[in-house]
This record gives sequence, C-alpha cells and structure tokens, in this order.
Amino acid sequence: MRYTQFADDEVARALGTIGVDSIESLFSLIPEALRFRGSLNIPSGLSEPELLEDATTLTARNRDCDQLVCFLGAGAYDHFIPTVVDALSGQTEFLTAYTPYQAEASQGILQLFYEFQTMICMLTGMDVANASLYEVGSAAAEAVLMAKGITRRREVIVAESVHPDTRRVLDTYLHSQDMEILAVPAPDGVVDERALSGALGDSTAAVLLQTPNLFGCIERLDRIVPVVHDCGALAVVSTDPIACGVLKPPGAFDVDIVVGEGQALGIPLQYGGPYLGLLAGREKFLRKMPGRVVGSTKDTEGRRGFCLALQTREQHIKRERATSNICTNQGLMAVRAAVYMAAMGRRGITEVATQCLDKAHYAAARIAELDGYELCFSAPFFKEFAVRTSRGVGAALAACRDRGILGGVPLARFDERWSDRFLVAVTERRSKVQIDNLVAALDSV
Amino acid sequence: MLQEDHPLLFEIGSEGLCAVSLSESDVPAVKGTGAIPSELLADEPPPLPEVGELDLVRHYKRLAQRCFSIDANFYPLGSCTMKYNPRVNERVAAMPGFANLHPYQGEEDVQGILELLYRLRCDLAEIAGLAETTLQPAAGAHGEMTGLMVINAYHASRGEHRPKVLAPDTAHGTNPASCAICGRESISIRSKSDGRVDLDDLRVKVDEETAAFMITNPNTVGVFDEQIADIAEIVHARGAQLYLDGANMNAILGVTRPGDFGVDCMHFNTHKTFSTPHGGGGPGAGPVAVAEHLREFLPVPQVIRRDDGSFGWSSDRPGSIGKVRSFYGQIGVLVRAYAYIRALGCDGLRDVADKAVLAANYLAARLKDRYPVPFPPPYAHEFVTVPEFGDSGVSDVDIAKRLIDYGIHPPTMSFPIHHCLMIEPTETESLATLDRFVRVMIEIADEVERDPEVVRTAPHTTPVKRLDEVLASRKPDVRWKKT
Repeated sequence: MRYTQFADDEVARALGTIGVDSIESLFSLIPEALRFRGSLNIPSGLSEPELLEDATTLTARNRDCDQLVCFLGAGAYDHFIPTVVDALSGQTEFLTAYTPYQAEASQGILQLFYEFQTMICMLTGMDVANASLYEVGSAAAEAVLMAKGITRRREVIVAESVHPDTRRVLDTYLHSQDMEILAVPAPDGVVDERALSGALGDSTAAVLLQTPNLFGCIERLDRIVPVVHDCGALAVVSTDPIACGVLKPPGAFDVDIVVGEGQALGIPLQYGGPYLGLLAGREKFLRKMPGRVVGSTKDTEGRRGFCLALQTREQHIKRERATSNICTNQGLMAVRAAVYMAAMGRRGITEVATQCLDKAHYAAARIAELDGYELCFSAPFFKEFAVRTSRGVGAALAACRDRGILGGVPLARFDERWSDRFLVAVTERRSKVQIDNLVAALDSV
Repeated sequence: MLQEDHPLLFEIGSEGLCAVSLSESDVPAVKGTGAIPSELLADEPPPLPEVGELDLVRHYKRLAQRCFSIDANFYPLGSCTMKYNPRVNERVAAMPGFANLHPYQGEEDVQGILELLYRLRCDLAEIAGLAETTLQPAAGAHGEMTGLMVINAYHASRGEHRPKVLAPDTAHGTNPASCAICGRESISIRSKSDGRVDLDDLRVKVDEETAAFMITNPNTVGVFDEQIADIAEIVHARGAQLYLDGANMNAILGVTRPGDFGVDCMHFNTHKTFSTPHGGGGPGAGPVAVAEHLREFLPVPQVIRRDDGSFGWSSDRPGSIGKVRSFYGQIGVLVRAYAYIRALGCDGLRDVADKAVLAANYLAARLKDRYPVPFPPPYAHEFVTVPEFGDSGVSDVDIAKRLIDYGIHPPTMSFPIHHCLMIEPTETESLATLDRFVRVMIEIADEVERDPEVVRTAPHTTPVKRLDEVLASRKPDVRWKKT
C-alpha cells in the first residue's frame, strides 16, 4: 500500500513479537456492533501518474492568475514572489518539522520565527509581534478579545470600511462572548470621524480600523488614534504590510495593536488560504498576546539560543482560564514571509510599495477619464480603489474577462447597495500596458 | 564542522544590498504630487535587513540544517501523528491551477478547485460516518471552537442555554481552552485507573446545563474506550451532544466511524490524519463533520454541487454560526489532504489504521521490559510509558533530550500522565526504523545505569545545549534591536 513500508513477512514478524495472530485482533477493544464492515464509499487508490492526471484534469477547469491578468484584491493580492522564497521555504527541514517544542532540535526554525517577529515589528513600527496567527479575520478577533482582557470593557467599535470577512469573523467570535459591536459608517470611503467620536464611550474596549481599508483608502490614524485614547480605549488597526514600505506605519501613530493579512509577503493566492495572520503590539501587552512567541535565551554554556517563550499564556498550561485556544502558528507561511522580507529588504519593500502606489494611481486616473466611470471616493488611497460606473459592473467586468483580464471585485459581493461599484487592485506586477488594456476593456462596453 | 553561533539576519549584509531584482516602474511617480498627504507618508524606509542573494540562501540553508524534520528524523511524537508527507502532494498543491487562484474569481473560472473541495467535503463525511463537513476551520483547535459554536447554536435554536462542556481529565489542553473562547465553562471528568472514562463521574456531572461531552477516542493514553456507546447514551439522555476530538483518527480509519459510535460533531486534523505537512507549526486545517441535526448551523459559505452539475458557494443557511475565518479555508492544505485520500483510496485508508496500530503495539511489546506501560494491550496507534529509573536522578525529560543525540525526535512528554512518554510511531515507518528506535531506547536505559550524567546533561550533539526557558519567559527578548 502507498506510504506504508511493512513487507508481508515483517507483518508476520511484528505480530509474532506482539503475540497475536492477526492485525484484526489488535482492534478487539472496538465492540463488534460499532465496527464498520464494508468499504468506505471512496474510490480505490490512484497510482502517482493517475493522481497527477486527476489533478491536471481539475486544474484544467480553473483559469489561474498566470493565465489571466489579475486586478482583483480585497484582501488577497497578486504580488511578485521571488524565486528564493519558494526555494528556501520549500526546504523540507522546514516543511516537515513539528512545532518547535524541543528547542535544541529546532534552533533553525526558532531563530527564523524570532527574525520574523523582528521584521514584522520593523515594518509595522510596533514593539513586539507574535509568530503569526491563521489569517487576518481571526487575528482581528483575537486582537479584540485581547483588548477586552486589557481594558476590562465590553464594547468594540468597528468601522464599516473594515473588510466584511474580518467583520463577519469578529461577529462569530464575539457572539459567544459578553461583548457588543457598534458599527460606524464610512460614507466617503473612510470612517466617519464624527460618528466615531460619538460612538466612543466609557465602555469602549477597542476601535477596529483597517488602513488601507476595504476601499483601498488610507484612514487618518493621525487624527483618530488620539481620540480613541482620550476615552481609554485601544486602537486596533488592520494593515497591509506592503503599504508600510511607503506609508507611515501604524506604530508611528501610537496604535496599540496591529493585525494584518501577511499574504502579500510572498504567499501564493491559493484561492484564499493558507494565509498569514499578523499580530503586533506594545511591549506592555506582550503577556496578553495570543499565539506563539519565540524568545532569545541562553543555553547552559551561555550561548545564544531560541525557544518558545511565555508558554504560561498558552492553553496547555492555563486550560480553563485560557483567553485564546490558539496552539499553533502558520509556521510555513511565516517562513515564506520571513524569506520575502529578508530578500526584499529595506530597498525592495520600498520599491514594491512605491510601484503599487504609482501604478494604482495611474490606473485610477485613466479609468476616471472614461465616460461613465468615476472614482467613488476622493480620500487618498494606496494600491486599490473603488470605481462607480453607469455602464453596468457586470458588463464591464465581463468585457475585461473576455480579454483575459480579471478587472476587479464587484462591491455588490459585500453589500447589494453597491451594485454600481467595483474595486480595482494594482500591484507592482502589473505593467503600464496591462493597465492600458484594462482601461480599453472597460471602455469597450 | 565546528559549532559556532549562527548570526542573525540583522548581523549580516551591508547597506544598499537587496536579493531581489524588480522591473523598473513604467508609470509616473505619485510622491511629490500631493496625492498622498505628506503626514501619511513614511519619513524613511522600514529598517529591514539588506542582504545579497547568496548570503540570504546560505542563511536559510543553515537554519534549515538546524531543524529536525520527518524527512531526516524519526518522530514518535504521541498525539501528533508525524507521518510521512508525500512529495506528490506538494507537487499537486503547487500546480498554478490550484496555487494561483484568487478567492474572488468568478465561479466559472474555478470549477476545478470547487469540485475538489466538494469531493473532499464528501469524503470526510464518509470517513466520519456523519452527514456533512465544513472545510473552513484553519486548525484543529479552530475546528473545536467551530464545532462547539455549532453545538451552542443547536441548543439555542431549541431555546436552551447550556453553559457547561465536559471533557475527560486526559483531554488535549485545547479542549478546555476552546470552551473558554466559546464562553462555556469546562468541567473535567475523571478517568479510571485503566484510562477509560469514569462513567459514574460522567453520570453525576452531565445534566440539562451540559452542552457537550468532548472525548478523544481512541483516547490520549492510546486505548479505544469500549464504553463509547454507553457514553453516547448517557450524554444524549440529557440532551447534550457528543463531540469527538479527531486527533486520533489515524487509529480507526475505515475500522469504525465516529458517526456509528454516537458522535454528533467532530473535527479532523488534516496535518495528523491526512499527511499535510506540519510546517514547523502550521498551517494545518481542521474540517468539522456533523450529524444531520447540526447541519443547518455549519459555517458559511459552503461549497455545493448545483442541480446543473456545476459547483459553487452557498451562504443560504439562516441558522449558520457565520464565518470563522476570512475567505473559505486553508485551501492549499486541503488540496494536499485531497491528494492523500485519492492516492490511498478506501483500502489504503484502512491500511493506514492497520499499520499504525501494528507499529504501536510492536514498539510497546518490545519496550515494555525496560519501559513500563501502565495500561494493558492492545493499544491503538500510540501508547504511554512511564520510565522508572529509581534514584538515578534521570527524568522523562532527560530521556527525551538524549534521544535527540541519536537523531530521534523525542516522544510527547508528561501528557496525559505526569512523567510519561507518549509514543506514536505512525504507519509510515519501516520495521527497521522501529527496531533502531528500540535499540536506542534500550541503549539509553543502559546509559542511565552506566553513566546517568551523560543522559542528564543531554543533548550533546546539538548547536546549543539545554536552554533556559525560564529566562525566556521571565525576561522576554522577542525581537532583535539595534544596539
């Protein structure tokens, strides 16, 4: 059978050693009435060529982002992934390692996570970061629970410019908690600051914002964060780590907890996952942070080494008193992001971010010149922007798709009131020619 | 090679270096146009390291060389099911037609991946003997949380508030933690001296306030609790639900199905049972399967097959608990699980259970004279031993650390019994590897008698000796800083 390595005579030898005459007898504790007799309704096993054929048949029914030109975003972006990211993260010492509980046998990946944490701090401008969470939605929910624990307050204010998936995941998590969610509108593409001020109060644990937000617009953290702090609440900000290459990072605005989707850091689109939840915070919140954290320490001979730190916060010690049940990180995705950040470095990340900014603005200006198309908002934006059209979103995007272009994400997907709008994301991977083709396609309907 | 301190990324490289070459921009620059207010622009680039490509490659190669991995080492890590991660799964998952799909592409452009997810969803329900599976949860613990939320929603739909969840005292630590995150109180049920659930304690504690009893079966001491049908009856009689932590599914694939022994809701760990790589701590995936009466509460969206034979996403489920993560799930991980199930097929899955159980019982039989096993055979896919080394001063931790010197990853320690080693060889190891493990374990037992100091101070062959984990928590240093 595939992947098992017992030869028939070895089965017999093993059974002899155990002192039983059949494998079947090893299942004797399972009562006969509960046994599954028969064959699972799953096809017989495939040989390797057959398996690859099956996979190829399935992939032939997909059109991927190498075959199409991708202007889709809304939380997942088609950035360039340097070859070294695949090559180095694909090393099977990383791929097939377990969680590094045995520190002496895991120094490589522990050091890597320590470096990852450091680079996330460098990008976001925060004091400390964990070794990653699942993805941005659950990371935001964990951050809000963390804020609840810190402030002992029971309300969270969420801007409607936060990605709807993040908001829905937060809804699910908080449904089981004694916590209320207040939504603040974002009619002009950024959160309504006056409404936000009005919603803040003595029971506000946290304000959850996203910048650049769902619409690609940049929230005014410089004005908002002081107001949040004035009422004793925490500012929790979801960000795009790539934006930190050119925009002032959240840490520069005195934000308390930063979360983010790390997919843009060298992780393939993979139809939505696995991605990489980022979480960083102030030094004083370190012991309240959920998830794995790696620390630097000394061995018995005084040498530098790394191990999982602060495990007392974790479920396997605290159990019933736990405030998070996370007991893994997204290990391999953190490896990818670490290699990406290290490969890009200071100059590369700035270049990627700057090209996203420039190309998105070029695309926005060209599209806004077309009859029947206009930008929805005037707020500053980074690599993504919302377009309103009188020509019909469906027809416009279908025209793009006919030319091999994924022209944008219809905003009606998130809110039916937005049926005349779509989002366009432009990464550094897009060329001027591709953008011009998008514009021509949009103009063809 | 001499062992020397391996530098941090931040201690190598030089200003101006970069390991990536990007194309020149071919559009006008935005900076300086005022489109972004200057107070929102960074004053300077983020202080990331600056390293050339070869030094970058060497850095990560050396880090890789400082890791144990299944590809290089035997990993008898109880409750973690460290089986071989087939190479072909990586090849399949990396196909651009899977790896390079955007989650918001139109359904007509992603019929292949949707069909794969639909098939996987059905296969997992079949293996569970339950009605329907959600693929959305991101890990085992996330699956537990999702399952408990589903159960809570079920009780709420019947107008009941049930604030308590029961679990055996041998449960995985995530069980009570998942209860806490679902706003439920966790109550421990005693285990008997033979490792089985104490039914009397269960009968006393299960009541009309009990939402669920969470059980792992085979349990964490490696024994199939044959009282499971009685347990299900006791739990159901009070209107509570039976939840199965699927960590140990490797032992029962195709032998018995949770749905057939009374389970209402369970999670799988694809990184245990279905060979997806552990990746140094993730990503995993924690699909949740439920019985008919819990279907309407599963997360949305769900992958479906429409009447016309096409595949798509449906959020038409008014009772749903909602979403537990962004987008749809750990798709790349699920693709690997699919490839594994297709490669093995129905007979291959059953063979997994056969060989996993054979390997564990073989090791127990060969080790029991030197490493006492507190529970009688037969075992499932794992067993525990509680080493007794008299006044040698050698502990379970020392044995574990000494194994590292022999290139073997230590078993799980001190769970679920204090000072035990929990050993799970998995089905993919050869008899030769199992025999070597036995020789090494016996050699270590001999060393304890001959030279306990060498065991107490192990490991001796690793880049660092034992680390001060107390220091790491007392004075946490979790990031490098420029000095």
